[in-house]
Amino acid sequence: MTKLTIPLLASLATLALTSGVALAGSEDVVVENAWARASIGVNRPGAAYMTIRNTGDEAVTLTGISTPLAMMPEIHESRTNAEGVSSMASAGEITIAPGEAAELAPGGLHAMLMRLQKPMIEGESFPLTLSFSDGGEVTVEVPILGIAARGPEG
Amino acid sequence: MRRRTALGYGTAALGAIGLTLFVGWWRVDGPGAPEASGRLPLPLTEMDFRLTDHEGQPVGPDRLVGRPTMVFFGFTFCPDVCPTTLSDISGWLDTLGEDAGQMNVVFITVDPDRDTVEAMAEYVGYFHPAIRGWTGAQDQIARAAEGFRASYERVPTNGGDYTMNHTASVFLFDAAGGFVSMIDYHEPREFAVPKIRRALEEETEGAT
Repeated sequence: MTKLTIPLLASLATLALTSGVALAGSEDVVVENAWARASIGVNRPGAAYMTIRNTGDEAVTLTGISTPLAMMPEIHESRTNAEGVSSMASAGEITIAPGEAAELAPGGLHAMLMRLQKPMIEGESFPLTLSFSDGGEVTVEVPILGIAARGPEG
Repeated sequence: MRRRTALGYGTAALGAIGLTLFVGWWRVDGPGAPEASGRLPLPLTEMDFRLTDHEGQPVGPDRLVGRPTMVFFGFTFCPDVCPTTLSDISGWLDTLGEDAGQMNVVFITVDPDRDTVEAMAEYVGYFHPAIRGWTGAQDQIARAAEGFRASYERVPTNGGDYTMNHTASVFLFDAAGGFVSMIDYHEPREFAVPKIRRALEEETEGAT
């Protein structure tokens, strides 16, 4: 039984690995200037920001994010209407045209990290994986800056 | 008979459309319309609410009269807009330097259920020391928001949590408590410091 399972698992793993490489689109994604704010404990959601650049010739669509840091990470968008009222909602899928970039920046798109598994501590970092519609994934290491940080420079 | 039924449905449908249009008019342009969003905040001297600051002291609008004041609404479970506003304000206060010490700077929560005095104390501690955090009973927060002509709304999110929509503008008052101007979340940040200076200068003019 075990003799049979091990080769099967090995071939499945190989398949998973190769399918992660042979993709069109998401291998041309470059993530720049990723940063996050430190959290106070784990009860409040965290937020991470970055520039997701599509350097390829085809549009790419960001379908989701994941991280061991948070059980419910989601791309959200803050909006402020003409009356000055800010609201926030799930941004859904984000398509990035060839040569274009999606800016995740304060007051707009952001990676909202809900259900933190541990506090986000200034000076530490965490991995964040971006999933694309072609099945590809891009993982970035996001540095955690201070709570009052205003950009990737702090 | 069948035609009459159809006619009946048609009339009912027309009636429903008419009613919908009427309700729409009533709520948007008619007497049921929300009061114009362009309404200005009341002078601080005409506001009436009782809250508690992050050090547990009872506070109200009367506490603010006598010095220029900057007030904004938010909540500490807000991951994006509120920390951004608080860090912007901290930056403006740094730019103002010593002048910042002459101002009241108040962050009023719209989420007092989660933002207890302790939560506010912990949160404001990460920003400029001039920033005070005020919380209190729901009805008092509502009265404060009404005075500033600010709005807020609890919105459920996935997984049983909730977020708050809220006015993100920063309100500026002179030392006499009169409304001077506001800094909208949209507007270029370099306009902010001159606006704050104006609120500070009105104090000087009022004093001379």
